[in-house]
Amino acid sequence: MRLDLNSRLEEHLFYILAGIGGLVTAVGMAAALFMEHSGHVVTGMNNQIVWGMPHVFAIFLIVAASGVLNVASIGSVFGKTVYKTRAPLSGLLAIAMLAAGLAVIMLDLGRADRLIVAMTHFNPTSVFGWNVILYPGFFGIVGIYLWTLMDRRMNPYYKPAGFAAFIWRLLLTTGTGSIFGFLVARQAYQSAMIAPMFIIMSFAWGLAVFMIVQKAMFAWNGMQLHPQIRSRMKNLLATFIAAVFYFVMVYHLTNIYFAKQTAFEQFILLSGGIFPTLFWGGYVFLGTLVPLLILFVPDLSKIRGSVFAAASLVLVGAFSLLYVFIIGGQVYPLEIFPGMDVKSSFFDGQIDTYTPSLPEILLGLGGFGIAFTATVIGVRVLKFLPQDDIHKLESAGHMLD
Amino acid sequence: MNEPQDKSRRALMGKAVTAAAVAGAGMGVAAIAPGLHLIEVAGAAPRTAGEAASNTVRWGMLIDSTKCAKDCNACVTACNTENGLVEPIKDARQGSQWIRKIDLKDPKNGREHSLPMMCQHCANPPCVDVCPTGASMKRADGIVLVDRHICIGCRYCMMACPYKARSFVHQPLTTQNPEVPRGIGCVESCTFCVQRVDKGLKPACVEACPEGAMTFGDLNDPNSAIAQRIAREATTQVRADLKLNLGVRYQGI
Repeated sequence: MRLDLNSRLEEHLFYILAGIGGLVTAVGMAAALFMEHSGHVVTGMNNQIVWGMPHVFAIFLIVAASGVLNVASIGSVFGKTVYKTRAPLSGLLAIAMLAAGLAVIMLDLGRADRLIVAMTHFNPTSVFGWNVILYPGFFGIVGIYLWTLMDRRMNPYYKPAGFAAFIWRLLLTTGTGSIFGFLVARQAYQSAMIAPMFIIMSFAWGLAVFMIVQKAMFAWNGMQLHPQIRSRMKNLLATFIAAVFYFVMVYHLTNIYFAKQTAFEQFILLSGGIFPTLFWGGYVFLGTLVPLLILFVPDLSKIRGSVFAAASLVLVGAFSLLYVFIIGGQVYPLEIFPGMDVKSSFFDGQIDTYTPSLPEILLGLGGFGIAFTATVIGVRVLKFLPQDDIHKLESAGHMLD
Repeated sequence: MNEPQDKSRRALMGKAVTAAAVAGAGMGVAAIAPGLHLIEVAGAAPRTAGEAASNTVRWGMLIDSTKCAKDCNACVTACNTENGLVEPIKDARQGSQWIRKIDLKDPKNGREHSLPMMCQHCANPPCVDVCPTGASMKRADGIVLVDRHICIGCRYCMMACPYKARSFVHQPLTTQNPEVPRGIGCVESCTFCVQRVDKGLKPACVEACPEGAMTFGDLNDPNSAIAQRIAREATTQVRADLKLNLGVRYQGI
């Protein structure tokens, strides 16, 4: 009788969650339709701020999608048993988030109706063109990987599938970073640092997303993460946060060292209003220092919910950093005539301003709706909940490897 | 004895030259003898419909910024009229500008000048490299264009262009020049007035410049006025450090 009540409650909860996700998705789709119908005139984007809020959301989702798969890779490629049980959830999240990120970026296109053109016309010199191959390839490879993990008959093939998925995800994030790295003329981009920086960012953001979802799923099922597993995952997250910080610092320090880039760095780190605020306050303080403090100070990390809070702050930092990187990089004017004071009717030489409009934000949130709904349905339909056989792990000595 | 005949011959020649000049003026040309023009035309024979552009030609433009008056906007107006960029838009930052005037001031010595800036028709165009569908393309004769049929509006070319030369159509269009198709959600930029060049005419901006500061022609033809001036006089490519080999050259900057 009690069991029946619980399962009925659980079913209700599932429908409520799926309904919320569906609603957010529907609102996002309506926003996209509105933008498609009215044109980008209803957005805050313009001929200088070419990419706006939808791109901040989409790039976060795409980078975190490839990063969340890392949890599976640590299990399959590097043989860590604790992570192996988490591989299916990791694969599901990767597919859900990539689908969401791609949906946002495709729906922001000026001609979203020409999706088929993007698939049938291919320019081999375009990083976007490579991504047209890398993204669908990711779905295929991760799909096969999930199959090898979840179907016993396919189990023998999970290692090569996991290895292929790991290589592919590295290529994919290299492709995403190179979208910016290959831009020759913009002060904020044109750096070989960007592709590896995006890879390490994906490690941190993906793991943070995974830990948040894992926490929610465990709470839903009334389960507690084993303290030793929790401790290992929090240490890994802290390592990734520190590594991202290192890459971001090197990226800015090299720029500061180049005389031609110092004015841009001065703007983005000191004088640029919202951008230095988001960089230092959002990314460095909230997204890096506070989580590191929480994760490394034993008294803090032992507090219930502290790791969840640290992972959530990593995502706050991620959004701050991406906003500074994508929007700040465009707000600063192109240097067409270096060293000259420049003025024109097209706002040359001027620091631009950008205010994202509601439809843009709703489209981005709609992406989260897609990822959330796909995850909720996936978790309900198939067996994705990580289940740790602690006794078996301890007896096999895997808790410490 | 031959005087009346000479008179009538001179009168006939005068009429012929006037007629040729009037006819030529319509095409931006004043012919004084076959093959010799007072003002140079585009420099190559008009293309017939269906004929491919030739890679023996490389269209280019030379702009003398010392002749360009700060408050003169004739080239911009002519471009907007020719290409149908006439629809008003609330936020000017969302409006299309295929050519714009830039005022420059050297902060070290206060020297000021003005110049028109547009697509530089690079030989190695970053916009063409980054376009995922190949909609951004360079014609055989060096003109960089956007194929409106396969542009998906991703704006990656706008991110890649070092000259801020491209615009995105942010709102629905109600009027346009049938020869210059445009469309909401697509990226566009200066085409060197390809619809005119293909008829053997010069771009609208060049023709409209009251100071004759803009010279258009075939960079590959050593006899063209533009090639001869570039060979003779000091010219500059904007952001030459990027080594994009521009079709537009400047003097006086």
